[in-house]
Amino acid sequence: MEILMAFVIGFLFFAAIYLILSKSLLRIIIGTGLLSHGAHMLILTMGGLGSDAPPVLADGVSNSSMADPLPQALILTAIVISFGVTAFFLVLAYRAYQELKTDNIDEMRGEEHDE
Amino acid sequence: MQLWMIFLPVLAALFMPLLFKKIKLHTGWFVFIVPVVLVSYYVSKIGERASYASWTWVADLQLKIDSSLDGLGLLFSILISGIGALVVLYSIFYLDKTKEQLHNFYIYLLLFMTAMLGVVQSDNVISLYLFWELTSISSFLLIGYWFTRDGSRFGALKSMMITVFGGLLMLGGFLILANITGTLSISEMMLQTSVIQESPYFTLAAVLVLLGALTKSAQFPFYIWLPDAMEAPTPVSAYLHSATMVKAGIYLVARFTPIFAYNTTWIWLIVVLGLITLFWGSFFATKQRDLKGILAFSTVSQLGMIMSMLGVAAMSYHVEDGVENVFKFAGFAALFHLINHSTFKGALFMIAGIIDHETGTRDIRKLGGLMSIMPISFTVAMIGSLSMAGLPPFNGFLSKELFFTTMLNAQDFSFASIATLIPVAAWIASIFTFVYCLYFVTGIFFGKQQELPKKPHEAPIGMLISPIILASFVVIMFFIPNVITDALIKPAVLAIQPNLFVAVSDVDIHLQAWHGFVPELWMTLGVIAVGFALFMTVKHWRKIYTIVPEWFSLNQLYRRMMRLADEDMTKLSKLYMTGSIRMYFIYMFAAIVVIVLSTLFIKDGYAFSTDNVSKIGPFDIALVVVLVVGTFTVLFARTRLTAIIALGVVGYSVAMFFVLFNAPDLALTQLSIETVSVALFLLAFYHLPKLSRHEARLPFKLGNFVIAAAVGVMVTLMALAAHSQKLLPSISEYYKETVYKEAGGGNIVNVILVDYRGFDTLFEITVLALAGMAIFGMIKLRRKKGEHHNETK
Repeated sequence: MEILMAFVIGFLFFAAIYLILSKSLLRIIIGTGLLSHGAHMLILTMGGLGSDAPPVLADGVSNSSMADPLPQALILTAIVISFGVTAFFLVLAYRAYQELKTDNIDEMRGEEHDE
Repeated sequence: MQLWMIFLPVLAALFMPLLFKKIKLHTGWFVFIVPVVLVSYYVSKIGERASYASWTWVADLQLKIDSSLDGLGLLFSILISGIGALVVLYSIFYLDKTKEQLHNFYIYLLLFMTAMLGVVQSDNVISLYLFWELTSISSFLLIGYWFTRDGSRFGALKSMMITVFGGLLMLGGFLILANITGTLSISEMMLQTSVIQESPYFTLAAVLVLLGALTKSAQFPFYIWLPDAMEAPTPVSAYLHSATMVKAGIYLVARFTPIFAYNTTWIWLIVVLGLITLFWGSFFATKQRDLKGILAFSTVSQLGMIMSMLGVAAMSYHVEDGVENVFKFAGFAALFHLINHSTFKGALFMIAGIIDHETGTRDIRKLGGLMSIMPISFTVAMIGSLSMAGLPPFNGFLSKELFFTTMLNAQDFSFASIATLIPVAAWIASIFTFVYCLYFVTGIFFGKQQELPKKPHEAPIGMLISPIILASFVVIMFFIPNVITDALIKPAVLAIQPNLFVAVSDVDIHLQAWHGFVPELWMTLGVIAVGFALFMTVKHWRKIYTIVPEWFSLNQLYRRMMRLADEDMTKLSKLYMTGSIRMYFIYMFAAIVVIVLSTLFIKDGYAFSTDNVSKIGPFDIALVVVLVVGTFTVLFARTRLTAIIALGVVGYSVAMFFVLFNAPDLALTQLSIETVSVALFLLAFYHLPKLSRHEARLPFKLGNFVIAAAVGVMVTLMALAAHSQKLLPSISEYYKETVYKEAGGGNIVNVILVDYRGFDTLFEITVLALAGMAIFGMIKLRRKKGEHHNETK
């Protein structure tokens, strides 16, 4: 499963980078969304996938059969941060569109010798 | 006291603005006190033993500001303060208090004086370097004194670029030496010459230090800044660019001779470059039309002469027959000519300044016939020029004879038969020296008087005092040379050739004007005869200067290099700094891929093993298919709405993966956040482009595809390699065991977030708060139309 996931994550990264290299601001933000999905899955996969129970103390569950809790805690933090950043980006894109009347980043260039 | 003397000029400089603004008397009179005090102090030191004073600056780094007054240091100090006094006196009459910003001028000049005294007295290489650069900076300021003129700024920049270039290389040489010997003190380095010689970096250090000296002393091919430095006021040209600063390089070579003379590269570079400079400068001096231009090239040429003699002096380190050997004159001759050159060149510059001042031009083609109008200037110019040409009864004759002796002896230097060319080259160069000396005097004072911008008359006596004093030195030194040589030069020779002489009494050189019909005399006669013939026929061979086209010159090379550094580099950076964020992304991703993949495979970090892998269930495969299809849909979506919804699909399938892999908290968070995100995306979409209704599929770009695919492959390989070689067990066992005992909780993920690693959570909350505030700010605070700056109401 981990090997399959490695390929899936690679594919997610590929799609994310391809979108980030596009011209439309919205597609770039979608790309960053895919990129954070890929990163979260990568953390989880690297922690090991073969568990039988969630990391919650319960009767009849041994420590060894529990999933590793540390990557999960890391991902939880990462999800919240990436959400904050994505929300910020989206509003930034929205404002940029309002001010500049474009969402094409090739048209968003500073003037030469812009102070 | 000794140390304070170095800083006396700079301390005096602090009062200059006050003296200039508040007191009507010419500021120069107050400045004049400083070099007079200095010169009397240093003259009183003549004959005393070498003295040393130091002030530790940074003890841990051996940094000291020090003053070591041995023979060489004292000789230069007297030269600097003595000519400094005469130049200040001259400048009082040359610069007008009502028209010039005198406080600037004298501050720069005093700064320079301190810097120069520091250079010649420093025993610590770092403080030597600091003072060295201070001379470059003060010279820069003085050349650009009339900063409203283009020529001044160009000349100042050029001299700065070249001398600082050399200075930095010299610092490199110093650091190598310090690294080899473990000390920053020059005198301690000299005790370790055998250690230095064994170092593989010996030649490198020698060449680097030499480059500093060559650039400062305007040697070939770095002389080009000196003619352009003639834009400075004439007192500056006389002081810095003939008598003192350009001799800092000479000083450096002399000072380091006991260390580097063992290196034959050093010797040959000095001798050959010195002779080339000597010839080149004297040859091109006749081409010049500007009085100060002629004098600049003649300075270049004379400095080359001194430099080549120092090179011959270094040869004495390679022969064994002691004091009797033939190279013993060289160091002596170099220093003797150094003093002579300072006297006559200082006088000539002052005369050029007087001519400029009294006639309004420095163009030699417009001048002529001033002999009867300006008799005193004529006499001084005549004395200076004939001394420069090497004729009796002036001091230049003695040093020219010594120069010929030195060069004739140099051909005895055993390991190069090519050395026979040395005296020949020196002789030819002397002929041209003779020619431009005649050209200088006759051009100004002989012939017919022409129309001049001002009506010429003799200069005021105040302006003439300094050149007259210098000219009388020129004559006095011919008749009683040994007084000066015994007092000043012989102690200085000890510093250059400690291998030959231990005490002043060992230097058994006695100068006399007449020493029989020796080859040197015939050479001098030859110089006069051929030089006179060449001068008479100058109209016929002048064309030779036009053979070499202007674009081929070293000045053009300099301009081209400056253009390369400026325009071409700007073009180059514009080539890749396109302003397009996508291009920068491509650079970054490509660099990451190259670095990671090459490290992974070169360092043998890649591995693949199927141990420790978990089973794949049917549900897993179904979810993978959903995720991949969702991602493809994002890529191929024709409308943005499709893309956003497909992104939602991907997010939910990620949440399903979290369920599958036993991460309930993650699944919950992911589901809710994905929902909010999609809502936000839709909100943004709703407000975005009305104009781009013609929504199209993401166009395929091969370059982007390759980069993206490379990143994907890289991530996959990294993931495989990382998973295949787990080195250590997880620390999570600790959390699992202690979660209830220590923290009183059952949900391990939550306990980690708020208990074990609560700080992460604290700052993640901060991130959310910041994002919220920033979003609020972006929406609420906006600039009103028409306003442009600084409003955040």
